[in-house]
Amino acid sequence: MSGLSKRQKRMAAVLVLVLGVGGAAFLGFTAFSKNMMYFYTPSDLLAGAAKEGATLQLGGLVEKGSLRREDGLKIVFVMADCEKQMPVRYEGILPDLFREGQGVVATGKLGIDPVTGERTFVASQILAKHDENYMPPQVAASLKTADGKHSCAPFKSLGRPAENLAGKPMTAAAEAPRS
Amino acid sequence: MWTWFHRLASPPSFYRFADRLAPWLLGLGLLLLAVGCYGGLFIAPADYQQGDAFRVIYVHVPAAALSLFVYVLMAVAGAIALVWRMKLAECAVVAAAPIGASFTALALVTGMLWGKPTWGAYWVWDARLTSELVLLFLYLGVIGLNQAYSDARTAARACAWLALVGVVNVPIVHYSVQWWNSLHQGSTILSLEAVRDPKISSSMLWPLLLTLSGSFAFFFAVWLRRLQNEVVARERGANWVRDCVLQAPLAAVSNEQSGMTGPELDPSMQSRQGRQRHGEPRGAD
Repeated sequence: MSGLSKRQKRMAAVLVLVLGVGGAAFLGFTAFSKNMMYFYTPSDLLAGAAKEGATLQLGGLVEKGSLRREDGLKIVFVMADCEKQMPVRYEGILPDLFREGQGVVATGKLGIDPVTGERTFVASQILAKHDENYMPPQVAASLKTADGKHSCAPFKSLGRPAENLAGKPMTAAAEAPRS
Repeated sequence: MWTWFHRLASPPSFYRFADRLAPWLLGLGLLLLAVGCYGGLFIAPADYQQGDAFRVIYVHVPAAALSLFVYVLMAVAGAIALVWRMKLAECAVVAAAPIGASFTALALVTGMLWGKPTWGAYWVWDARLTSELVLLFLYLGVIGLNQAYSDARTAARACAWLALVGVVNVPIVHYSVQWWNSLHQGSTILSLEAVRDPKISSSMLWPLLLTLSGSFAFFFAVWLRRLQNEVVARERGANWVRDCVLQAPLAAVSNEQSGMTGPELDPSMQSRQGRQRHGEPRGAD
């Protein structure tokens, strides 16, 4: 480095620092990408990505027509990502935005449904995941389709690269063009 | 162009330049914010799902955008300060940090207030929220580091290093919602995809663009004022400060009594002056 002026040395130090920290962050986050995921998807759970009995977050869309209210605050519904589905059982208060076709993130454990004997996700908390679309009710009404407006694209499974899913709607009719 | 640039970097001409520009920026910013807030709160229609709760977007998105922008600005100024040892860039780093921290805190608080009714929780540890909280800590670190040194130039250079290390967090905050599963939704306006295919109705978008640009103008006005304070505090023994500042009400800057300091000075700057004054052979008055 003796050929460099003081200023060039300082410039090199700044560049090495920024690139070094950036590179380290890139390697770290690539290696631990799974740990950065806030929730698993139904595909992940069915593929055995999570330990049985561990408390975890499950994210997906509330399948249209699957919501069933039982006595009290108990509900049963099916959560779906772009590929797989998982029944969910929950008892408690729901966020205002919870409805069929809406993205939700549930905290709970994978277990067996006492009634049906199926593998079921037993949730202790449910949060609504809002998407990035904002529109007045009149516009929303004009786009209403059988399968709703929400896309399953934000629900990325661990096994698959996210790009493959970008913009892929749940069904062909799910994403009508907006004006 | 370059000579103009070099002249601007000298403290006296920068001081006069900022003095002329800041009031206009402040006026423009407040006007845009006022019209944008009125449009956002009274003219824009309610959202089809969130109802009126979505209106927090008119504060939250500008605050969050600025929290990232100010950090990048701080890192660029930091690089200039470290490589070229430019005093004005050192001041720029130090002057930007508290404003950036305020915008970050505002983004976090408005986001929490929106999260409770919309998501059902004030806070979750997803990638977006966590990295934005880290951004707040980085800002606080820069502010703290600046306070930790008695010499203003050493302090500013330490701040510049921290700003450069922390800038890696900015793309993480921005792309967190794209790279990983998060509870926070994706970008509504600040992404290429959103520019191609608008994700917000235009009746809701125009007030947002006004509050966004208004917040930027407001930031630059406040930043220039803080820069002026920082420059004057550092150069208070210089002749130009006597000539062009001491006649003005800002004369209180050099006053011995910290209680008589002008209203535009924040407490941090007062303590810096207090510390430095010990080493100064002559008082300003």
